[in-house]
Amino acid sequence: MEGILSFFLQHREAIFIVILSIFLGIEVISHVPAVLHTPLMSGANAIHGVVIIGAIIVMGHADTTGSMIVGFLAVVLGTLNVVGGFVVTDRMLEMFRKKK
Amino acid sequence: MDAITGYSATKSILEITYIVASVLFVLGLKMLSHPLTARKGNIYAAIGMIAAIVATILWHEKDGEPIKNIPWIIGAIVLGTAIGWIIAKRVKMTAMPQLVSFFNGMGGAAAALISMMEFPHVSPELIAEKGMANGHVLAILIGLMIGTVSWAGSMIAFGKLDGWIGDLRVKAMKYVNMTILFGLIGFIVFIMTRDVQATAGLTPYIYIMFAVAVIYGVLFVMPIGGADMPVVISLLNSFTGVAAAMGGFLYNNQAMLTGGILVGSAGTILTILMCRAMNRSLLNVIVGVFGGGGQAAAAGGGVIKEISLSDAAVLLSYSKKVVIVPGYGLAVAQAQHICHELDKLLDEKGVEVKYAIHPVAGRMPGHMNVLLAEADVPYEQLIESDEINPDLPNTDVLVVIGANDVVNPAAEDDPSSPIYGMPIIKARDARNIIVMKRGMGKGYAAIENMLFFNDKTRMLFGDAKASLQNLVNEVKSL
Repeated sequence: MEGILSFFLQHREAIFIVILSIFLGIEVISHVPAVLHTPLMSGANAIHGVVIIGAIIVMGHADTTGSMIVGFLAVVLGTLNVVGGFVVTDRMLEMFRKKK
Repeated sequence: MDAITGYSATKSILEITYIVASVLFVLGLKMLSHPLTARKGNIYAAIGMIAAIVATILWHEKDGEPIKNIPWIIGAIVLGTAIGWIIAKRVKMTAMPQLVSFFNGMGGAAAALISMMEFPHVSPELIAEKGMANGHVLAILIGLMIGTVSWAGSMIAFGKLDGWIGDLRVKAMKYVNMTILFGLIGFIVFIMTRDVQATAGLTPYIYIMFAVAVIYGVLFVMPIGGADMPVVISLLNSFTGVAAAMGGFLYNNQAMLTGGILVGSAGTILTILMCRAMNRSLLNVIVGVFGGGGQAAAAGGGVIKEISLSDAAVLLSYSKKVVIVPGYGLAVAQAQHICHELDKLLDEKGVEVKYAIHPVAGRMPGHMNVLLAEADVPYEQLIESDEINPDLPNTDVLVVIGANDVVNPAAEDDPSSPIYGMPIIKARDARNIIVMKRGMGKGYAAIENMLFFNDKTRMLFGDAKASLQNLVNEVKSL
């Protein structure tokens, strides 16, 4: 318990960011038309690919072969998320625009 | 400036890049929610991501050590880019929802792997000082749990949308899932209350926890119906966001934190909006207690009248105005091309053909737009339900192809119906109604549709693709 409490104090900026980001996320997309639900979901999907940064950090400090392999895999998967996510979203939106 | 502890120019540049990336994420998301700016918004977010990745490789430091293994990292990025790009470009538009699910799962898996890698490396000093019950360990364990559930769940959702995994509905499932979920939380408590000097000895437990989380992810998605998948994917999407944010805590990394939390909260709201478009609650989708209600409709059934192919062909060919209402059945039968052939044929005969598009028809919002665009149906022919409703009393024939709930008058008439209040296409206003349907089964909402019993309605039973093909042949031979 003590540990968790001190973690809060230590990371209070991060916790501020979390709480404000929650409100921001809600505010930013609350007026989206139904036809854009799917592309928006797909775009958000690409953004959480930011997890790749963690994968890069893991791999950047890997010492053993085992951790290198897992780190490599994590970077590949994270990249798949980022690249696939953005490209698919773009393809979907291209479709929507063509019909204008 | 040297007075600031830990200051270095590269560190500042890295943090500035992260701020820029976070702003681009927010802007991108904002722009994605407006039709005119959506595409640009996607590109903004992508630029933010590239900046964050490049800055991390160049300037990230851990305990004064820069990033090593750079050639391998770049190799992994190149490999991932190639695979992701090819998959994303090659896959047919109709397979988009499962693709989103697949990529979401990849992100979840990456988050889970990060947690598994970091767990044995929790510094012994931290444990000596605070014991296992510290925030660092908690962030790792939550990241592992949520990331894994998201990965496993997304893969099942992917399989379901791709049609090789069916629904599994057992009543007791609810309780089994609850038990496993509590088990997972129990695991976290168990690990955090161990009295150890280093985490390495606890690693086997991490693998067991991973396995249990996989089982939970699978069982969580298994009972949910195919038509509800977009909602589930959106929910899993926000899960992955939270898992990514845990990484942000772990590495004290603001880009991961803002990006992850933003998606976590926006994804949750989007999930709720999607449910609302179907006039249902999120709990309703997850627990799957749909159906029931609407007794008035069930009691007041009537006579079903069928129509022969030749009658249908004549009726359509000698109409002035025809409106087609496509639905899930059209998508399942992959009948969009043959449907367009029919409308071209009728157009040659001087019949005005339009499509009435309900926003939640199909498997995902906007599904019908994408599907018909793939078959080259011109955009001008696709009319939103609100716009076409006033026009329906002047419509000679309205053809419902594989749609059900979006034309169900119970949404207007029957307050006890689960879909009461959902905006619908007012099909019964048309002069004649032809309903193409596989059989007399109820729609996805499992409620009776009084439209089928309407005096003006006639049914054409069979697979949408086969029926349309036969209809095209009939019309041609007239």
